[in-house]
Amino acid sequence: MMRPNDITIRDLSLGYGLRIVVQGMSCRIAAGSLTAVVGPNGAGKSTLLRAVAGLLRPRKGAIDTGGMAARQIAYLPQQADIDRTFPIRVQDMVALGLWPETGVFGGIGRGRWRKVHEALDRVGMLSFAARDIGAISVGQFQRVQFARLLLQDASVILLDEPFTALDAATTADLLRMVESWHDEGRTVLAVIHDLEQVRATFPLCLSFMGQAPVLGPTRVLLAHCPLCDRSAADDEEDGGRAA
Amino acid sequence: MTAWIWQTFCAPFEEFLFLRHSLAAVLALALGCGPVGTFLVLRRMSLMGDALSHAVLPGVAAGFLISGFSLAAMTIGGFLAGLTVVVVCGLLSRFTPLREDASMAALYLISLALGVLLITMRGNSMDLMHVLFGSILAVDGPSLVLVASVTTATLLTLAVIYRPLVTECFDPGFLRAVSGTGTTAHILFMALVALNLVSGFRALGTLMAVGLLVLPATAARFWARQVWSQALTATLLALLSGYVGLLVSFYWNMPSGPTIILTAGCCHVLSLIMGPRQGMLTQYLCRAKTA
Repeated sequence: MMRPNDITIRDLSLGYGLRIVVQGMSCRIAAGSLTAVVGPNGAGKSTLLRAVAGLLRPRKGAIDTGGMAARQIAYLPQQADIDRTFPIRVQDMVALGLWPETGVFGGIGRGRWRKVHEALDRVGMLSFAARDIGAISVGQFQRVQFARLLLQDASVILLDEPFTALDAATTADLLRMVESWHDEGRTVLAVIHDLEQVRATFPLCLSFMGQAPVLGPTRVLLAHCPLCDRSAADDEEDGGRAA
Repeated sequence: MTAWIWQTFCAPFEEFLFLRHSLAAVLALALGCGPVGTFLVLRRMSLMGDALSHAVLPGVAAGFLISGFSLAAMTIGGFLAGLTVVVVCGLLSRFTPLREDASMAALYLISLALGVLLITMRGNSMDLMHVLFGSILAVDGPSLVLVASVTTATLLTLAVIYRPLVTECFDPGFLRAVSGTGTTAHILFMALVALNLVSGFRALGTLMAVGLLVLPATAARFWARQVWSQALTATLLALLSGYVGLLVSFYWNMPSGPTIILTAGCCHVLSLIMGPRQGMLTQYLCRAKTA
């Protein structure tokens, strides 16, 4: 892994079509930091992650990654963005994490397959390697996606609602992996709805709960904020209704 | 027995040159249509392929209007019309609230009407029938070269864009994040669809050509599990449909294009019922076993 740089966001505006989602946002995400992005649905959290990943062009302002190559930034989208009926095996999907090494044409020899199987073993999914991605549960699929992130070996990892709809054991396992990435010096930015999880694991918090996004220590921003907990409860209720 | 098998299944092709030409054309078509059709179905674009097959008609008609039944003019016209519709659909879905399938449906209706009008301006109803439904028994040397060249180009291009194409099918967000090849792969793939439709129009007609793309590919899903094995199965089913369809049309004196597509349709229905991967019979037997 290469050392990450700070990510500096200056006067950033983002949107889709005629709708502006994020306006005039500025902050600096320090290299190697572990930051939770919190806020109600539709506040612009996922939009910000997409922009940092280079998938959405800013309307105004800029995101300065200090010259990091695109391959140094790994992005885990929400599960709904992936077609799980597609006939591909778990190990083949994880092998795509080697894309920065293999590119479009590079082969996957025995050494690389070993890496794939090691990554699957780390997330406890080695015995599912030959199954189709549609034949495993939501939680198992999220573990598979984490295995692919492991292989990408990126300096900056962006996670969009990585623990939604997962059971406690899977969430705990994957949270440990996020913490290990932080310990290795990678920058991690994750959209999280469970504020208790944020308080317990994430030292920094980028809050979309007020008028403008604010970045600061979690213990300060989420110290005692009935509005925050209310907002999270509303989100969970919305999710329940949608389900 | 051996003599009877030879006489029934091989002798007609030995005896008639036009049948040999037709067989070579349909086998070459099947080799390209199998893998392209598989990706078309996996990308949930089967109906868009159908719409595109109508969209090439005005181009073919324009070629016909300018130089009669000239293979080159009609092929180039059809290909350009197909590409134009793909690009316009992409732009409409990007810059208007219309989704790509709705834009495609609108454009296909306009194209079909325009194509029929253009052909009837100069030709007669027989010409229109030839363009719409093809005439595989009139495949000549140049048409054969065209089909073989398109198939070669198709297989080579698919080999080059295979990895981004597969990734774009199920996880386009990941592909955009790791590589900028997604758009190129999408455009090249749509060009391949248009090219295969155009290469098939002489033999099967603009309305029927999509049948060899979609029917074997949808049937293959009931037999094979992975992308490559589905593409291989689709190719084998397309080859089988082409060969059996030609024989049936020869013995029973039927139009060959629709017979080939109907044979592919039979393969599809049989696969739907008997396919080991979630075919109706397999599902019924599984349920009966667990009940």
